[in-house]
Amino acid sequence: MEVLAILIPVSLFLGLLGLGAFFWTLRRGQYDDPEGDSRRILNSDYDDRPKRDDE
Amino acid sequence: MTEALRPPPSACPACAVVPAAVETATAATGARLLLSLPTIHCAGCIATVERDLAKHPGIRSARVNLTLKRVSVDAGPEVTAAALIERLGRLGYEAHELDPGVLSMTETDRQGRDLLMRVGVSGFAMMNIMILSIAVWAGAEDATRDLFHLISALIAIPTVAFAGQPFFRSAWSALRAGRLNMDGPIALALVLTVAISVYETMQSGHHAYFEAVVMLTFFLLIGRYLDHRARALARSAAQELAALEVPRAIRLRDGEEAEVPVADLAVGDLVRVRPGGRVPVDGVVTAGRSEVDRSLLTGETLPVVTAEGALVSAGEVNLTGPLTVRVTAAGRDSSLHRMADLVAAAESARTRYTTLADRAARAYAPTIPLLSLGAFAAWMWISGGDLRLSVNIAIATLIITCPCALGLAVPAVVTAASGRLFRKGLLIKDGTALERLAEVDTVVFDKTGTLTMGTPVPDNLDAHPEDALRVALALAEGSSHPLARALAEALRARGLSPAAVEDLREAPGYGVQGRWGGRDVRLGRAGWVGATHAATTGAYLSLGDETHSFTFTDALRPGAEDVVRGLQAQGKAVWLISGDVAPAVEAMARRLGIAHWQAGALPEDKAARIAALQAGGARVLMVGDGLNDTVALSAADVSISPASALDAARAASDMVLLGRDLAPIADALRIARLSTRRIRENFWQSGAYNAVFVPVALLGFCTPLWAALAMSVSSITVSLNALRLK
Repeated sequence: MEVLAILIPVSLFLGLLGLGAFFWTLRRGQYDDPEGDSRRILNSDYDDRPKRDDE
Repeated sequence: MTEALRPPPSACPACAVVPAAVETATAATGARLLLSLPTIHCAGCIATVERDLAKHPGIRSARVNLTLKRVSVDAGPEVTAAALIERLGRLGYEAHELDPGVLSMTETDRQGRDLLMRVGVSGFAMMNIMILSIAVWAGAEDATRDLFHLISALIAIPTVAFAGQPFFRSAWSALRAGRLNMDGPIALALVLTVAISVYETMQSGHHAYFEAVVMLTFFLLIGRYLDHRARALARSAAQELAALEVPRAIRLRDGEEAEVPVADLAVGDLVRVRPGGRVPVDGVVTAGRSEVDRSLLTGETLPVVTAEGALVSAGEVNLTGPLTVRVTAAGRDSSLHRMADLVAAAESARTRYTTLADRAARAYAPTIPLLSLGAFAAWMWISGGDLRLSVNIAIATLIITCPCALGLAVPAVVTAASGRLFRKGLLIKDGTALERLAEVDTVVFDKTGTLTMGTPVPDNLDAHPEDALRVALALAEGSSHPLARALAEALRARGLSPAAVEDLREAPGYGVQGRWGGRDVRLGRAGWVGATHAATTGAYLSLGDETHSFTFTDALRPGAEDVVRGLQAQGKAVWLISGDVAPAVEAMARRLGIAHWQAGALPEDKAARIAALQAGGARVLMVGDGLNDTVALSAADVSISPASALDAARAASDMVLLGRDLAPIADALRIARLSTRRIRENFWQSGAYNAVFVPVALLGFCTPLWAALAMSVSSITVSLNALRLK
């Protein structure tokens, strides 16, 4: 049962990591256009790298 | 997305002025342009629009939002919306400028994100607690169980405190107003369950309901978010439509023209109305000669000649020559506003519709606390005063009866249905419109602009020799009169080229004249040309000695025949009520196979007819576009207007048809009936779960495992049922 002392914090930490990632995507407005995003993958233009904010 | 709708014209004058002031303030910055693109629909469109706009000088970036069908452009102040609209028009995309309304846009956005964040937090907490709970259900005992409950409590308490806020807030505001809404029992269940579970954990009890509480929050928040999104979408659409027309007028003062808001005009001012422009006020023509189109006000298809001394009303469209109008009534006294007042009166007369969700909540909300209170009392009596046992059973009842699925029942269906209708080109402005539409058994159509395109099409071109047609084309192209434009377009479509007509001149209010092969040729009104007037809408051509008459009919809107046939096949009574003259209305009714029609109807007549139908027990859907329809639109049980309709008509209707095609209306009725049936089924389903699990809880057999199972299974079946909507 001592393993729980490690496993529970680890599982909580991983969960919080996921929650943090969710907050980040939310703040970057990645849920603003679900329809458009699902279509954009069909776009034939390829980007070499992700677009940056200052561009 | 903009939060508030533009206040109705009948609201206080100060309110009407303030948003206009805000509008001009934000427009001045010019850094960000927002265009509505109603026809955009695929990945190709996104790429074309974004790539093309990026080429426009001064544009830093353009991003399409397909969900909202708009593009936001980040550009320097030198870029104008008009230039972009023209550029997109060349690509084949209809575009309209929108008022960015920066402040309120972020407001709705913030609410949506806020809800989504709470959904995320409760989802995270639910999964983590569930890991621990499964261990408890699997048989963890004593110290381990207590430890797991304790960790669950540490996660659940802050989660409920944060994610449950929308329910606490809504319950509190309802209670303060002396009402009990659905959020009351929910908030009660959340707080009590957490409190009892913490107490049980302290006492190292067997059952703690942390996962149930968090799961309840999670599912209810999903319903809340769907609801919010549907409403935000509808609201932004309504706002978008309102933002299309900005009321401005050209005021003449000391011979100088200045563009001013219509609200600033006073009686006695001189206003210039250019050809193609809408008359902004009621007034008397002091200079100029033209024809005005009254179809939006009266439904008449024939333009009316207007010269010095003639009266014009706000809302009419000036067709041929420039007019100078002396204002006799502006603002609240103009006929446009009197119409708006009638609309406001009709709207307040429309009884407030009670939705299925309202009715369910009203029946359900008091039951929940009463049932668990009853369980508590009964078990106190049975167990001879065992407080802990009775409280535990009461809590189990509370959490089992809590309407997780009920919270999803309506939003899930409405989201699915409005998504389907939006793809078909029908936009729902009012949340309850679907349910009202489902009950409709009588459909009333307006004629001009609704069943017809409102644009004339020549119908006897074959009766004329080619020479005459070529001369007519040359003359017609020299005028911007709608009949001339329609004629030119039809002739061009036949592949004809214009004849060599010289000395082309337009006589405003009469027609166009020129010289062709040594002969005077004229195209225009019968009297001016020297022809005899025909019974229908017409334009007349004289070639020196001979005359020809071109007759016009109003082109049917695509899908008009299908929609009438479709509605009749569904067993609906179809009416045609128009302000136009009897022969035109009768011809249209016969062509579409409509048995009931009424011609020459004034706005009040239309509303009276609808009231008479309603008094006979009918549920009426009104489809109309004109100012003369607005009263009828708001008097009907539910109303639809095409996107080409006047601002006021769209504002008065519950749904807006985005495309030109009328066919989605028949589909909308079918989908509305189907979705109401789904909502009912959902209520029955969640009711059935309660019928099974509530006795289990009342008898004291309910464990947290049962509660979690009942809740998730019922929520999932309800959502799946909503997705069945085809």
